[in-house]
Amino acid sequence: MKAKTLDILPEERLENSIPDQKPVFSEMQALAEAHRCFYCYDAPCTAACPTRINVPEFIRKISTGNYKGSARTILSSNIFGLSCAKVCPVEVLCAGACVYHGTHQEPIQIGRLQAFSVQWAYDRDVQFFGKGAPTGKKVALIGGGPASLSCAFELAKLGHEPVVFEKGRFPGGLNTIGVAPYKLHSHVSLREIERVLKIGIEIRPGVVGEDVSLDELEKSFDALFLGVGLGDDSRLGIPGEDLSGCWGALALIEKIKIGKEFSPSSLAHAVILGGGNTAIDAARELAKLGVPRVTLAYRRSEAQMTGYAHEVAWARREGVFFSFLVSPVAILGKDRATGVRFVRMKLGEPDGTGRPKAVPSPGTEFEMDADAVVFGTGQEKRTAFLEKIPGLKLKGGLVDVDDEGRTSKSNYFAGGDCISGGKEVVNAVAEGKRAASSIDLYLNGGRN
Amino acid sequence: MADLSIDFAGIKSPNPFWLASGPLTNSGAQVSRAFELGWGGAVWKTLGEPVVNVYSRYGGMDYRGAKITGLNNIELITDRPLEENLKEIREVKKRFPGHAVIASLMVETREQWREIIKQVEDAGCDGIELNFGCPHGMCERGMGSAVGQEPKVLSEITGWTKEFAAIPVLVKLTPNIGNIVEPGIAAVRGKADGISLINTIKSIVGVDLDRFTPYPYVGGRSTNGGYCGPAVKPIALHMVGSLAREKEITIPISGIGGVSDWRDAAEFILMGASSVQVCTAAMHYGFRIIEEMLEGLSDYMDSKGFRTIADFVGKGARNFVEWGDLNLNYRIAAEISKDLCIGCQLCYVACNDGGHQCIHLDGPGGRVPRVEQEDCIGCNLCSLVCPVPGCITMKEIDTGKPYMNWKEFQKSLARA
Repeated sequence: MKAKTLDILPEERLENSIPDQKPVFSEMQALAEAHRCFYCYDAPCTAACPTRINVPEFIRKISTGNYKGSARTILSSNIFGLSCAKVCPVEVLCAGACVYHGTHQEPIQIGRLQAFSVQWAYDRDVQFFGKGAPTGKKVALIGGGPASLSCAFELAKLGHEPVVFEKGRFPGGLNTIGVAPYKLHSHVSLREIERVLKIGIEIRPGVVGEDVSLDELEKSFDALFLGVGLGDDSRLGIPGEDLSGCWGALALIEKIKIGKEFSPSSLAHAVILGGGNTAIDAARELAKLGVPRVTLAYRRSEAQMTGYAHEVAWARREGVFFSFLVSPVAILGKDRATGVRFVRMKLGEPDGTGRPKAVPSPGTEFEMDADAVVFGTGQEKRTAFLEKIPGLKLKGGLVDVDDEGRTSKSNYFAGGDCISGGKEVVNAVAEGKRAASSIDLYLNGGRN
Repeated sequence: MADLSIDFAGIKSPNPFWLASGPLTNSGAQVSRAFELGWGGAVWKTLGEPVVNVYSRYGGMDYRGAKITGLNNIELITDRPLEENLKEIREVKKRFPGHAVIASLMVETREQWREIIKQVEDAGCDGIELNFGCPHGMCERGMGSAVGQEPKVLSEITGWTKEFAAIPVLVKLTPNIGNIVEPGIAAVRGKADGISLINTIKSIVGVDLDRFTPYPYVGGRSTNGGYCGPAVKPIALHMVGSLAREKEITIPISGIGGVSDWRDAAEFILMGASSVQVCTAAMHYGFRIIEEMLEGLSDYMDSKGFRTIADFVGKGARNFVEWGDLNLNYRIAAEISKDLCIGCQLCYVACNDGGHQCIHLDGPGGRVPRVEQEDCIGCNLCSLVCPVPGCITMKEIDTGKPYMNWKEFQKSLARA
């Protein structure tokens, strides 16, 4: 295997100029908010958390000044306690389920309380968990995102030896390079990952299939976990989409997060194509970086957007324009993008997702000037890689797993975006944890 | 990791957290559920001649949006048949042999005491707690606090129970008395093995303004109840500490009164309690509060280097002295942080109207008040009303003078 190394995060990054939208609470804020919590029994917030953090318990511990115990409660369910506190769409998860909604009052700010406790423990370098007694079993985890790392952490706790194979420059997957900076800066992700790795997780840089073969991995490891995520930003196959000035949304976000060469100040009008959360992230980031005009263009109407309503509301507040029922036909320009030709759409019959289909209206084409065009239209699946694994069952290009994270191959397990098609960090963490207990069961010959 | 297990007068328990005798310990199912979640022991709902209870039994004291800062109850002892209780005690002990089950008892005659003690011992109880504290209903029948308020009677009945019991006997005291040390010493003289306190405080929790009747409302009338919960903690801490520092009190103390979280428990232990009993907090939030209590206390002990509970029992009671033993030359003065102050000026109005007029509004730069430290008598009031943690601190001022208490001061006056 080629000797590769992970990169060191550059100090100067474009994301540095984008402030944290929810800074960590002061002690006074945390106490006041914690005292508001009713400490519900069988709490809906906990049920809404994919990792099942005992939310009322960790908040109660804040209210009694037991910050250390609070962090222990959080991290014992979710080792990415800080990242998730900041990245999770709490509005549709824990806080969305808060019983305060029933009283027409603001829900408890669960994410910010969680960030408070975990940050408190990190600032004091409190370590809660250690490696289990060695079992001699080795597990290879392909991909270094939250699913693999959460799985590896649980395996290490159980005494197994996890080795994570990471093909990128940094570990953490989209949590490091793909999350909007106003939610989480890349260095915060990397610092949390350093703490996760401390339990005894080895990271080997390199590409599985190139630097090391799957055969070799299968021979030297007792089980494998697929946490390969999704691939590059997908394109629409329209003329001009490869012109300079055209970006994939995640590629652009990565540039903003870990680089400084992208220059938003020279732009006059950025057009973002898509209606999901990544598209909204890209739009909000460009608006925050000072691009004078940012337009998000979506082929259906607002009601059908997959992006969260609270994100749309934030984007509007930040000056993002929305253009609905328009679909790009071509990107205009000779050497670089200068505009987008759209056609107007109408809503038709429901499609397979239950949402009405968007149907073009002939003769309604129009052009919009743009010096940056961002494709927030989804990610490619990693079918090409996954198809090389003999006997691995796929479903729509994703790894087919059962309710316990087991694939069709007894020694292969999977979690994260490569099984879900793209969900939140917290889902990946939960799927990694779930797979770890299945792997443990498998390694112990069916006994936990 | 700290060792939380205790040996209380021979009663062994995996941790010092016991459920106090009351509605939480009314049945085997409840006590079992509590033990499963981590409680170390339970004092069973008081057994005796079964009673009839009334409908509507509790009243709550809310303060500025906080629910149940205090709780008042007019419930009597168990209204379930003795045989059922004994059967369930036996089952619980069988399932949880390492946990402490203590039977709270309240009967009248010597013969009744003999009989019931034999029955609970046969059921497998680890100890007995004599309910000499209940301040409502039962005292009208010559039991409960009617005994706790008469040291001689208390001593005598305790003596009977010691004749009959092979297992440890705890005496539960009422706070409805002038000096708690007197019944405490009476319990020791009656040869009790331990003391629990406090039982509830005689109270009327509030009055229905439309029906002109105190709470809790029972068909047009009400009666005084027993007050408990967070509000009574200071009274309980004082009474526990008063016994802990008393030379004649040579037996362990189980602290009761508003214990709601690990901090309260640590405070009771510092003031002399070897175990703590919890009721209101678990009635409010359920048995699950034990997780936070165990973890918080264990982390606290680790942070202080205490390996066992015994390492810090009474550590604070040693510094609980008479006023006349305080150092008259110790001086502090308030200091307001300009960075933290949010300009509410609550400290100003508190000092000006209720303190000693040493905080002024003539400070430069807006609303941050100024303390005239020369005038400050170090009363703490400003720091207590300040809503911002750490904003007002009481700074020690070196007077350069040696320790001198009131008695010494009197002597020095006489010499002069």
